[in-house]
Amino acid sequence: MNDETILLAHGSGGRLSHDLIEKNFLPPLDNPFLARLDDSAVFDVSGRIAFTTDSYVVSPIFFPGGDIGKLAVCGTVNDLSMSGAAPLYLSLSFIVEEGLTLGELKKVLSSIKAAAEEAGVKIVTGDTKVVNRSSADKLFINTSGIGVIPEGVDISGANARVGDKIILSGTIGDHGIAVMSQREGLKFSVPVKSDCAPLNKLVSQMLEASRRIHCLRDPTRGGLATTLNEFARQSKVGIRIEEEKIPVRDGVRAACELLGFDPLYVANEGKLVAIVAPGDAPKILAKMKRNKYGAEAAVIGEVTSEHKGRVILKTNLGASRIVDMLSGELLPRIC
Amino acid sequence: MKFIDEFRDVELAKNVIGRIKQISTRPTRLMEFCGGHTVSIMRSGLRQLLPPTVEMLSGPGCPVCVTANADIDKAIALAGLPDVIITTFGDMMKVPGSYSSLQRARAEEADVRIVYSTQDALQIARDNPTKSVIFIGIGFETTAPTIAASILEAESKGIKNYYVLCLSKLCPPIMKALLDLGELKLDGIVCPGHVSVIIGSRPYQFIPRDYGVACVISGFEPLDILLSVEMLVAQIETGKPKVEIAYRRGVNPQGNKTALVLMDTIFEIGSADWRGMGVVPASGLKIRKKFERFDAEKAFSITTEPVREAKGCICGDILRGVKIPLDCKLFRKACTPEHPVGPCMVSSEGSCAAYYQYGSEE
Repeated sequence: MNDETILLAHGSGGRLSHDLIEKNFLPPLDNPFLARLDDSAVFDVSGRIAFTTDSYVVSPIFFPGGDIGKLAVCGTVNDLSMSGAAPLYLSLSFIVEEGLTLGELKKVLSSIKAAAEEAGVKIVTGDTKVVNRSSADKLFINTSGIGVIPEGVDISGANARVGDKIILSGTIGDHGIAVMSQREGLKFSVPVKSDCAPLNKLVSQMLEASRRIHCLRDPTRGGLATTLNEFARQSKVGIRIEEEKIPVRDGVRAACELLGFDPLYVANEGKLVAIVAPGDAPKILAKMKRNKYGAEAAVIGEVTSEHKGRVILKTNLGASRIVDMLSGELLPRIC
Repeated sequence: MKFIDEFRDVELAKNVIGRIKQISTRPTRLMEFCGGHTVSIMRSGLRQLLPPTVEMLSGPGCPVCVTANADIDKAIALAGLPDVIITTFGDMMKVPGSYSSLQRARAEEADVRIVYSTQDALQIARDNPTKSVIFIGIGFETTAPTIAASILEAESKGIKNYYVLCLSKLCPPIMKALLDLGELKLDGIVCPGHVSVIIGSRPYQFIPRDYGVACVISGFEPLDILLSVEMLVAQIETGKPKVEIAYRRGVNPQGNKTALVLMDTIFEIGSADWRGMGVVPASGLKIRKKFERFDAEKAFSITTEPVREAKGCICGDILRGVKIPLDCKLFRKACTPEHPVGPCMVSSEGSCAAYYQYGSEE
C-alpha cells in the first residue's frame, strides 16, 4: 500500500482527494479545527499577532536529521519565534508531483506531526494539489503561521544598540552540510545531521530571563554572516565577532574545507542569533544553556559604533577582516 | 580538527611571525602566485600581521581569472550549438565574456551543467548518448591530469560523445613571462602548492638561476604561507635564492610521475591566451593529434564575434600584480560579485572577490 503512488486524481478534489485527506492527513494531524473540514479554520486569539509564511522546496526531501515536513513546521515556528511570538496555529499546503509514493508522503506527515507536537502548535487548515510529473520536484510545502507576541516584547532587526552582546545558540552550518552530503553526484559521508528544530520554547525561556532581547533571527539561507549583516544594516551599527568563539562541528569544518565553503555562510535550521542588552547577556545565556537547543550557546561578539553597517571578524590569528553578505547562491534548494 | 588545526595554530603562527620580524631587515617584495593563497591570506588577515618590510602581491594563479575573453566566447558559442551539453566548473558560469556568459546562455535555453569533476562530465555523456557533451577544460597542471584521464577513459570505454574545450595552462612559463616583463621587481615567489604536487619543484629552478628570485612552494593554510614567507625572507636576506619546498607533506621534487605521464600521453605544449598577458608561447596544453576527435575546437565549427574587453576593467593588471583591486574604479561600484565586470570578481579564487569578501577593516 505504501508503494502506491500519488496520482493527478488525488488532487482533483474528488473521491481520491477525500480518501487521501481522511485516511492520511487527518489521523496524524488530528485536532478539532482541522476535523471540521470547513473552508477556513475559525478560532479566537487576543493580543498582538505575528503572521508569517514560507515555502519549502528542499532537495532531497529526506536528509540526515530531518525531512521537508519537519523543516516546514520548524521553519515557520521559528520565523514566528524570532519576532518573539508564541506560535499557535499553522496552515499546511502541499504541492505534490505525481509519482510520489504514499509511503514517502506518510513519512513526511509523521515528521510534521512530531514537529508540531514538539513545538506545541496545531495545523488548523491545509490544502493539497497534485501536478504533472516534472512540474514540481517530488514535494513542495508551504506553511503559514500565526502567533501571539507577549506584552513588553519588542524584537526587530533594527533594534540593536551599541554595546549589546551577540549570542549564538550553537554550532553553525549543520543543516546546509547535511543536505549537501545527500546531493546526487556529490554524496559524501559526514557524521553531520541537520539541526532542524523548533526554537519557540528556547525563545520563550530567553524572554523569561529578560525582555531586553533586541534582535532575534534564525540564520537560515546565507548563514550567520548574512544575518549579522542584516542586523548591522537595519540597526545602522557595526558588529564585531570573534572567529574563535563561533562553534563549528568538525564534520562541518571538514566538509567546508573540502568544498571550499565558509561555515559562516552555510545554512542553519535550528539556530538563532540574539542581540541583547549587555547586562542581561549572562542570565539569558545561562537560561539558553539549559535548553538542549541552546546547550552550546555562546557570546560571539558585540555591537559597536564603528564601521556602521559592516560586520568585522577578528580571525584566530588576531587580524581583522570584513564578513560580507553571501553573494550569489552557495547551495540551491537547501530549505 | 586533525590536519587542519595544526596548520592554524595561533601560538605557532605568532612564533613564525616573530621570526620573520627578526630576520627581515630590508624591503622585500613577494608574490603569492595562487588564488588559493590570496584567499587564505585575506581570510586569515595575514597581511596585517607581517612586518611592513614584507610586501605581498597577488599573482595570476586563478584559472578562471586568466581565461581570456576569446576562450569564454568560444565556450558560449559551443553552448549555443544544437544537441550540445556544456559541462563546467561552477565558477565559470558567471564569468562575462565579450557579450554574454555561460549563465546567460543557460537562461537562454542552452544546456549548461555544473560538474565537480571530469568524472561527472563523463557520466553525463554516458547518460545522454544522443547529445554531445563538452567539458570546459580550464585550469593549471592541477586539473590537466584529470582532463587527460577523462579523455583516456572516453577512448577506452568507447564514449564517443565526449569532448573537451582544452584551455589548460602551465605555471612555470607564465612566471617566466611575468619576470621577463620586468614590471614588478620581485624578490621572491610563493609558488603554487597543488600545481607543484603534480610537477614537483624542478620546473622552477630557472627562476633563482636566471632571475635571482627566491622560490618557496607553499601549502594553503595560514601557517604554510607564513613558513614559506619566512623561508623566502631568509633566502633573500642571505642573498642566496633557490627553490625550496615548504609544503613537504604534499610535494616532492619529482612531482607525480603517473600524472605527468598521463598529461604527456594526451597533451602537447602549445601557446595559450592569458587575460592580462595575451598569447604566450609554450604556456598551455593542446590535445595531441592522436586524440583530436575529443578536441571540441576541432570537432565543432563555431564562429564568434570580435573579442571585446569590458571598459574600465583592470583584471589584466591585477593578474600581473601591477595593480590591486582597490586601484580599480569599478571595484565595489559597478563591479560586485552579483554583477561582475571582470573574472577576478567572479572566481572564488579571484583577487577582487577575495578583497570584496574579506577586505580589511579599513
